[in-house]
Amino acid sequence: MSDTLTMTEQEILDQIQREVAENRVFVFMKGTPEMPRCGFSNQVVQILNHLNVEYGARDVLTDPRIREVLSGWSQWPTIPQVFVDGELIGGCDITTELFQNGELQKLVGSEAAA
Amino acid sequence: MADLDELTTMIETALPGAEVQIVDQGGGDHLFASVIAPQFAEVSLIQQHRMVYAAVQSRLDDGSIHALALKTRAPEAS
Repeated sequence: MSDTLTMTEQEILDQIQREVAENRVFVFMKGTPEMPRCGFSNQVVQILNHLNVEYGARDVLTDPRIREVLSGWSQWPTIPQVFVDGELIGGCDITTELFQNGELQKLVGSEAAA
Repeated sequence: MADLDELTTMIETALPGAEVQIVDQGGGDHLFASVIAPQFAEVSLIQQHRMVYAAVQSRLDDGSIHALALKTRAPEAS
């Protein structure tokens, strides 16, 4: 995602929806996959890395409006938020549970074991 | 500071037949809830969590709950 600071909130929402539509797996997180800045975001990234699945990521800390616009749209209050095939599957708790029971692997088409 | 009995009742009212257990994980406002409800059959985890959050939304909004971790599932099929 390009720099949002010069964007209107509508443009940010358009950008969020485009990113989610264009990436099979997409995560909104605090920090980056290389340098997560929250334990919950880190845990989600570790799971996705373990599954060896391609995913896009957006750091919500770069602009506080991203989180406001995202949560208003997704109706989910917390970060991280993991989207698969355009649909929100959950935050850290649900992603972890789906990984542990093997459903996440099916959703993203990964062979990796929990 | 949350009233655990009141929260249990709020969830049971929203989800009749639910088995609800709420544990204080510290400070009285960081809670863990286990909810087993017949309404959760064939419902995705995210929808299950949304249904529980919706039941206690007013207590999240007024700050008496700061964090609510959830474990939800439908009852085992008998």
